[in-house]
Amino acid sequence: MMPDLGKYADAVLSSYAVSLLLLFGIIGLSLWRNKRVKQQLAEAEMQLSNKN
Amino acid sequence: MSIWRYANPTQFMATTGWMLPLFGVSAAAFVATGLIWGFFFTPDDFRQGSTVKIIYLHVPSALMAINAWLMMLVASLIWLVRRHHVSALAAKAAAPVGLVMTVIALLTGAIWGQPMWGTYWAWDPRLTSFLILFLFYLGYIALWQAIETQDTAADLTSILCLVGSVFALLSRYAVNFWNQGLHQGTSVPVATGGRTVSDVFFIPLAISMIGFGLLFVALVLLRTRTEIRARRLQALLAQSTAVE
Repeated sequence: MMPDLGKYADAVLSSYAVSLLLLFGIIGLSLWRNKRVKQQLAEAEMQLSNKN
Repeated sequence: MSIWRYANPTQFMATTGWMLPLFGVSAAAFVATGLIWGFFFTPDDFRQGSTVKIIYLHVPSALMAINAWLMMLVASLIWLVRRHHVSALAAKAAAPVGLVMTVIALLTGAIWGQPMWGTYWAWDPRLTSFLILFLFYLGYIALWQAIETQDTAADLTSILCLVGSVFALLSRYAVNFWNQGLHQGTSVPVATGGRTVSDVFFIPLAISMIGFGLLFVALVLLRTRTEIRARRLQALLAQSTAVE
């Protein structure tokens, strides 16, 4: 299944590894921050409605 | 029906709420198809060998690095002219995504350059303008972080974005202005249609390019929604502090 990359295997594999790491990094970070802010906003809205 | 109604945060949240999963799933499908097809099912190039497989990452990320900045330019102009907060927040949301695309383009370019040119880096017009674009992304993100007043930050980052657009355009067209560089011209000229890449490489490349575009849109929508919520949270916290 794995293609024969010959003498350029290191270059090709490291390109894919570093790119996928960065892509998953920005996706994971964006999802994590979205979840955290959403949760904080829900808590703040609940606190405000309890005060009123 | 006017496009400006999406400048209303409530309308934006309502519309993007159902759009986001669509873009996310399509992006995952296109990126996975393009990269798996390109990596596993395309032949080696007769001159570049297996390094040609780097094209499926390098070209889409470079394309999106430039387009992300141009999207930020449009959003910044809308902010400067019409003062719509959603557009300023969309520009802010796009910057880290554009930065990641720029880093991928620079790193894959360097890794590809070593076996093909015999060097990781050269002060070639396109490479240099891309490095400057990377520095502009860093500066843009740092400026948003450094200024507490959101409207002032939006004003100053918009001006920075206008200046940086020169380098975004240069990085795309540098090879046309200066021909002494190592970097080749585009192999897939969209405007003229005279591409020099064979179908066997072009089809997975096109799929990957569409995938990166969809991924960019999905991430910008997600991050803009986060920024809108963060702004509302800030307002609520300020309100509760004022009450106490």
